[in-house]
Amino acid sequence: MKSRLMAIWNFYVEGFRAMTWGRQLWLLILLKVVILFVLLRGFFFRPTLAGKSEEQRIEYIGNQLTKR
Amino acid sequence: MVETALVDWSRLQFALTAGYHWLFVPLTLGLAVIMATMESIYVATGDEFWKRTTKFWMKIFAINFAVGIATGIILEFEFGTNWSNYSWFVGDIFGAPLAIEGIFAFFMEATFFAVMFFGWEKVSKRFHLAATWLTGIGAAISAVWILIANAWMQNPVGMEFNPDTVRHEMVDFWALVFNPVAVSKFFHSVFSGWMTGAIFVIGISSWYLLKRRETRFALSSIRVAAIVGIVGTLAVMFSGDSSGVHAAKYQPMKLAAAEGLEEGGPRAPFSIVPGVEIPAMLSILATHDVDGYVPGINNILDGYTTPDGERHLSADEKIERGRIALEAFASYRELKDSDPEAAAVARQTLDENIEYFGYGYIDSKEELVPPVTLVYWAFRVMVYVGGFLLMLMVVVLWLERRNRLKDMRWLLWVAMLSIPLVYLAGQAGWIVAEVGRQPWVIDGLLPVKAAVSSVSVAVVQTTFWLFVAIFTLFLVIEMRIMIKAIKQGPNIETK
Repeated sequence: MKSRLMAIWNFYVEGFRAMTWGRQLWLLILLKVVILFVLLRGFFFRPTLAGKSEEQRIEYIGNQLTKR
Repeated sequence: MVETALVDWSRLQFALTAGYHWLFVPLTLGLAVIMATMESIYVATGDEFWKRTTKFWMKIFAINFAVGIATGIILEFEFGTNWSNYSWFVGDIFGAPLAIEGIFAFFMEATFFAVMFFGWEKVSKRFHLAATWLTGIGAAISAVWILIANAWMQNPVGMEFNPDTVRHEMVDFWALVFNPVAVSKFFHSVFSGWMTGAIFVIGISSWYLLKRRETRFALSSIRVAAIVGIVGTLAVMFSGDSSGVHAAKYQPMKLAAAEGLEEGGPRAPFSIVPGVEIPAMLSILATHDVDGYVPGINNILDGYTTPDGERHLSADEKIERGRIALEAFASYRELKDSDPEAAAVARQTLDENIEYFGYGYIDSKEELVPPVTLVYWAFRVMVYVGGFLLMLMVVVLWLERRNRLKDMRWLLWVAMLSIPLVYLAGQAGWIVAEVGRQPWVIDGLLPVKAAVSSVSVAVVQTTFWLFVAIFTLFLVIEMRIMIKAIKQGPNIETK
């Protein structure tokens, strides 16, 4: 079992080490993830219902739907 | 009352992100099938040429995948921030199933993607081939639930509204999964991806032929891509036919808008362009019956009775029942703790009128008509461009088989310049589906103006322009990397 897990681990490690043009793509993915989760999610996309309990959410949405 | 500007900017923002996401998804779906087919030929014949051909298209697949990955996450952010009323109201359909699917598809893709790229010399040929096919299947699977959710919004089945939680709850899982709209939407979307992949491969291969480079690689790629593309396009046509029948049945206003049909009836005509019609063709397409009744915009607004005697309420009657439902919902919430008997009456009134709940937010019946000109032309762009691309693939395949394609330079130019057209057709299809169902987020249950969160318009405008900047940047980066990889080429003939 342990040797099988090691083989899988080595498969990924060697694969990443042998990458040529793929490194550029990984950098791109990392850059995008940072922009998405740190910049956008952190500063601009706070869920409207965040910090509310289940009851408060029901109350809030109920009011939103009946008072429009 | 929410501001119109807030609704419009929120819609624009969502349309931008969804449209951007759909630039990458279809190419992933289509290229996966094409490169898996090429690798299957390699495994069957043992010819190293096919291995190199597969590897080149795999590289293009990876570039597209890397830039497209996680673009769908932005839509999730928007659900929580800009569409919180909607996200809560839909209940079970989003959330857990979407998360499970995402995790399943992620692990499936992460595992087989790694084998596909790292495993050429490390696993057996057959195992590698299985990994390539499973990467493609994983990509298609990751589209299943989001399309089921989208189909539910077009034709809400299998769920019931619970006024205590203000959410919809699943009551019939299989009705939801096998919602007819979901089935045709899934196949229509996935096979349109095959078309996209095929036209992309044919276009790039044509460029190599124009440059008189990689001739065998280009012609072989064109052959495989054209076959996949023709099969995909035929499947798109069949699933599109089902979509038309479903639109007639569940969203007649969308169909009437797509046709610009003001007054309908039996033997309804299909509009080729404004002023040019094929008699009875719309009835055939929408009902598979030359005498089939297709209501027009005015019929739907004024109410109509189909030849089999089924009466459809007018817009005013639906709006009235919607207001009754909304008032009953408000009364139920107010009375449920203080006066259970009165609350039970309100609940019953709500249940009897829930089908028209969303109409309670509609101020005038004109609001129920989607932007006709946009939907009409988007439909025609989708269909005519799709028809042109099918013809192109048939002609290209025919000439390739007769060894005449590489000398038809004008046709190679046409094929190369058709790459943007397939994207145009895909985007136009989504415009028909999504603009055509306006004003609804959930058909009959929730209009966009009730679904949008009470957030500042300025914040939505800021994020919209931020997205424009970020998306443009990533698109430029992707195109540069892709063009570089294409210019470099597979270098098969120099090996």
